[in-house]
Amino acid sequence: MSTVRVLVGTRKGAFILTSDAARQHWHVDGPHFAGWEIYHLKGSAVDPNRIYASQSTGWFGQIVQRSDDGGKTWEPVGNTFEYAGEVGTHLWYDGTQHPWGFKRIWRLEPSLTERDTVYAGAEDAALFRSTDAGKTWQELPGLRAAKGSLWQPGAGGMCLHTIVLDPVHPGRLYVAISAGGAFRSDDHGETWRPINKGLISPYELPDADADVGHCVHSIALHPRHPDTLFMQKHWDVMRSDDGGGRWHEISGDLPTDFGFPIAVHAHEPETVYVIPIKSDTEHYPPEGKLRVYRSRSGGNTWEALTNGLPQENCYVNVLRTALSVDTLPSCGIYFGTTGGQVYGSADSGDHWQAIVRDLPAVVSVEAQVLP
Amino acid sequence: MSEGAVREIVVLLPTHLRTLARTGRTVTLRVHEPVTRCALLDALEAAYPMLGGTIRDRKTGKRRDFIRFFACEQDLSLEPDDARLPEAVVSGSEPFMVVGAMAGG
Repeated sequence: MSTVRVLVGTRKGAFILTSDAARQHWHVDGPHFAGWEIYHLKGSAVDPNRIYASQSTGWFGQIVQRSDDGGKTWEPVGNTFEYAGEVGTHLWYDGTQHPWGFKRIWRLEPSLTERDTVYAGAEDAALFRSTDAGKTWQELPGLRAAKGSLWQPGAGGMCLHTIVLDPVHPGRLYVAISAGGAFRSDDHGETWRPINKGLISPYELPDADADVGHCVHSIALHPRHPDTLFMQKHWDVMRSDDGGGRWHEISGDLPTDFGFPIAVHAHEPETVYVIPIKSDTEHYPPEGKLRVYRSRSGGNTWEALTNGLPQENCYVNVLRTALSVDTLPSCGIYFGTTGGQVYGSADSGDHWQAIVRDLPAVVSVEAQVLP
Repeated sequence: MSEGAVREIVVLLPTHLRTLARTGRTVTLRVHEPVTRCALLDALEAAYPMLGGTIRDRKTGKRRDFIRFFACEQDLSLEPDDARLPEAVVSGSEPFMVVGAMAGG
């Protein structure tokens, strides 16, 4: 019988939640790396027991940990992230140019095919790759050549938080940066181009449809339809059917189109999930009701999923990496909140339960299915 | 001071770094004279490579902003990297303390 493992990164450590395929009873293991901020954990598709964790604090900086036994034991691997060549500059808050400086790793994305290859998304925004399972890291500087001098940090810093690997087109990958926008490479990350046509940001950018600078919060795709991308932007839920060549809005009847994460059902490429948040200044659900919204039509028409979720006095946030689906026949979906709850549904979102309620603020959630 | 002589220096680490390095509260390091902060941190990182980058920048050697160095009831954080450490530290009678700055609040 399959096992489900949910990897949870929080402000004060990592937790590993496990269950059988029924997903009704969970074992909570942790905290791992107690006291450290864990921006992201992710397991390898090639070897699910190989898990990477991004561990950091303002005091001691960045550590990357790797487990080869499903999170039972961990070893620190390389934490040297040096920008390639001339460091260069990007836009600063005051409009001046500011040199790139490494702060932390927001995202770790193991290769879909190469056991020892893993990508890392950094703040200040850059993409790094390791081909030796995290021992050493090399920047892919072609990304910063895609108008990097025009990227500008948002209030949360200038971070590369989303890495999406295309499982069908060899060498194609996408990244998203706050606030640089979305970018695509078709040559394994060597060269990049902005893919922001159709994004409109009238309240964030002086040029609302600028080529770069949009605050993209997350991107998701379905592996069987990799040319279709779904995006949660700062405001607006967007869709592209040509690999990011052009975007159009699918916010439709959502109560608000501000939010952070977005996910696609494991088996239904037109079923999409978002968690609307009231606004960019009020980071909590509208009306104090925690609702996941599901569209079964690829956007525009959305239904609120509330069964088992708090429908009064709920003022938590759900961060961009804190929503994930599993691949069991009845698709599981999971999300974590800044209030420390991790919610799970074993039936595509129709019914929810709190797997655990009182963790530190949840930063990331990733689900794995183990044979 | 005898140039090149080896000293045993006791270093006290903050909790997070003890966990990372899988050590106890203190570690004892053998350091050649002259015993400077730079030489001591070189020895610490050689013995515990996972601490590289956590106390000082790997490339520049600059102390991380929220790290402090205390010894003999003094804050040595702003002393030059190549200054010899106090005699009590060099003789092993006082520890060299790596401290995370107060979080405040």
